[in-house]
Amino acid sequence: MQLNLWAIHFEMAATNNLVNLEKIAQLLDGQIITDAGNPNRIIEGAFASDLMSDVLTLPTNHLLLLTGLVNIQAIRTAEMSDIDCIVFVRNKKVTVEMTNLANENGIAIIHSPFSMYKASGILYQAGIKPVY
Amino acid sequence: MHFKYHVEGGNFSQAGFTSSQVKKTLKQLNVDGEVIRRTVIALYEAEVNIVAHAYKGNIAVDIDPEKISILLDDEGPGIPDIQKAMEVGYSTATPQVREMGFGAGMGLSNMKNNSDRLDINSVVGKGTRVMIINYFNPTR
Repeated sequence: MQLNLWAIHFEMAATNNLVNLEKIAQLLDGQIITDAGNPNRIIEGAFASDLMSDVLTLPTNHLLLLTGLVNIQAIRTAEMSDIDCIVFVRNKKVTVEMTNLANENGIAIIHSPFSMYKASGILYQAGIKPVY
Repeated sequence: MHFKYHVEGGNFSQAGFTSSQVKKTLKQLNVDGEVIRRTVIALYEAEVNIVAHAYKGNIAVDIDPEKISILLDDEGPGIPDIQKAMEVGYSTATPQVREMGFGAGMGLSNMKNNSDRLDINSVVGKGTRVMIINYFNPTR
C-alpha cells in the first residue's frame, strides 16, 4: 500500500512536471497560434519581460518567454536566445510576418488574455521554473 | 569562409537578419551550441545598435577553423565616450528604439560578456567600428 502510494505520488509529480504547449494554453486560457511543427514540446522554465535586452542576458536555453511586447524583435530575440515558446499576454496579437519568422525558427506562439503577472503566477504554480 | 552584409539604419523590420544568417551558418558547421549562442547574441546587440543609432553599416564575417571574427562598420554619429557607453544603464536611444524593447543601456556590456574579444573604436560625426572575436574551442 505504502509502495503504491509512492508510485502514485511519483507519477503525479512526473505528470505535473511535464507541461506541454497544450497544457500551457489551457492554463493561460490561451490559444496556440503556432506550435512551429513541434506540438509535444515540454516547457520547463520561463522568463517574463518586455525588455528584450534583459532577455538577451539570460544564461538559459529552451525557455518560455512571457511578454507584452508585440513586434518582430521579440521573435528575433527569441531566435537568438534559443527560446522555444513565446506567450503574448493581454490579448496582444502577432502579425503574419511574426508568425512566419517564428515558424522558420521553430518558436511556438501562444496568445493569452491574462496579464503578465497573472500568467506568470499560474505558470509558476504549475511548476514551471524561474531562471533566477 | 567570408560573408558580407549590409545594414540599413532605422529599418527595425530587418534588424537581426544578419545575426540570423550567421546563426544558421554556425549551426551547419556544427559549432558548439554555447559558442553559437554567445556569438549571435553579441552580434545581434551590435546589429541592433547600427539600426538604432547609425545611418547605415556593413558587417563582415570571417570564419576559420579556430574562430569567428565579425567586423561591424557603420556611418553614424559615433560614440563620444565609449567608457560611459559601456556602463550598464547608460543609453542615448530614442523612444522608437525603446518601443522595440531595447535602449536600456545593456547592449554594450552584454556584447562584452558574450565575446572572447571585443574592440570598439569610434569617431564622433563619422561612425563606429566594432570587432567581435569568438573562439570555437570554449576552453580557450
